[in-house]
Amino acid sequence: MIAEHVAFGIIAAVMVAAASRVVTTRDIMHAALYLVIVLAGVAALFLLVGAEFTGITQVLIYIGAVIVLFLFGIMLTRSDFGDNEDTDYKRKFPALLTAALLLAVMVVALVDRFGTEKLPDDLSPQTTAQVSDELFSQFIVPFEAVSVLLLAALIGAIVVARREEGG
Amino acid sequence: MSAAFAQPFAPLLAQPLPSAMFALEVPYWVSSAIKLGLVALIIPTAALVLGYVFLLKMMSFMQSRLGPMEAGPYGTLQLLADGIKFLQKEDIFPEKADRTVFALAPLVVLISTFLIYVVIPAGPNAVVAQLDVGIFYALAVSSLSVVGILMAGWASSNKYALVGGLRAAGQLIAYELPLVLAVMGVVIQAGTLDLQKIVTAQAQGEIFGWDGIGNPFILTQFVGFFIFLVAVQAELTQPPFDMPVAESEIVGGYQVEYTGFRFLFFFMGEFGTAFAFAALAAVMFLGGWALPWGDITHWGFNIAGPVILLVKVLAVATLIFWFRFTYPRLREDQLQRLAWKFLIPLALANIVVTGIFKVVF
Repeated sequence: MIAEHVAFGIIAAVMVAAASRVVTTRDIMHAALYLVIVLAGVAALFLLVGAEFTGITQVLIYIGAVIVLFLFGIMLTRSDFGDNEDTDYKRKFPALLTAALLLAVMVVALVDRFGTEKLPDDLSPQTTAQVSDELFSQFIVPFEAVSVLLLAALIGAIVVARREEGG
Repeated sequence: MSAAFAQPFAPLLAQPLPSAMFALEVPYWVSSAIKLGLVALIIPTAALVLGYVFLLKMMSFMQSRLGPMEAGPYGTLQLLADGIKFLQKEDIFPEKADRTVFALAPLVVLISTFLIYVVIPAGPNAVVAQLDVGIFYALAVSSLSVVGILMAGWASSNKYALVGGLRAAGQLIAYELPLVLAVMGVVIQAGTLDLQKIVTAQAQGEIFGWDGIGNPFILTQFVGFFIFLVAVQAELTQPPFDMPVAESEIVGGYQVEYTGFRFLFFFMGEFGTAFAFAALAAVMFLGGWALPWGDITHWGFNIAGPVILLVKVLAVATLIFWFRFTYPRLREDQLQRLAWKFLIPLALANIVVTGIFKVVF
């Protein structure tokens, strides 16, 4: 387990450093790129505990699509680059409060669910077949609920976009 | 080495090469180093071979000219000479460029290319890492190059580069979907994402009980093969999908400010990715390194496999570059319409049909 602990320490340190740069840098493009490092770190952590499929999905969806959408948005809306003086810290206290609340909720939820449970010593990777078996049997209801939710969001986005366009 | 680390490589370590080939068992780090060295060697070579055979010679012959003839016999050393020339160039940063991002962008593109090669199998043991998520991994890391291209387009501080970067992002996102969906048919048929097992499934497959040529998935997944090739063409931003680099409109798009070895990185990334995608197509649709006759677990395939794979890769690459030199550039709206209104519905229909056949037979 020692190699995993060392790897976790390195990945976590990089992620924390990058995450703090996301909120402290005044260059919005750099913020988005630091976010890439954080998300890559999440993928690395998934791989570390043997969740290959989830880790790869993390790369495909978050770095390959979500971040690209961010960059796309920034490039279409902002033409200036370098440090932006408009980027201020006026709302840093509400932001801190939100972050603290989120942390509290997550800690409570995780401790409540897992308590003092430990990861098994033998972390063999979960195969894709196992993931899909669980997804389509044990977790079929949440899976379908999420699908419907995403479909609703998709249709909603199209409706909003078309209204602006058509007048 | 702990379990989770070693596990992806376990199938490799579990079946050591027969002693007829190597007298001693190599430790983990040695085999890793050898594999890394091989990959680092293969990519520039692949880029050179494709660049020479197709970009320089095939295009020239199709246009009734000779192409480079001076450097080496029949101009074979032309790209090496070009490479040396690139290395001599001054490393120029635009004055107002975002220097760090500008410098990192070509590396991101190149790393994305390198990572694809990790899962491409060239023999029963000749693969860097046999992953359970195989093809899914390859498609995921290939999508990382978009980030590099957007970084380049933004950091160059140049309107042409910005427009090129935006066009590239719009195009790559649009064609990512048909690329992934086209592969689904193969995955359903083989019942696995693992590229090595996809090869085995094809070599040991049967066509209505006849196993004379195995069952290369191009026979049943020709729709998927077609969609995959079109999407690859767009992912490579090659003609007829070269809006992002269109020389006559935006003088090279996101590459416009890059010189010397940084430009060389983009060039290598482009041809390295072309080779990788051709190899993926060869593995998924043409049976990969295996031949349908004889025992495919025989160690000899570790030597013959790469050669067989190379032949198939060159066949696929010929198709890719044939398209490239034949068709004129699509307009942006035509390009998006092709992806969203034709390729994606077609790919979805293909998945449904494949699924039905899988259940029925």
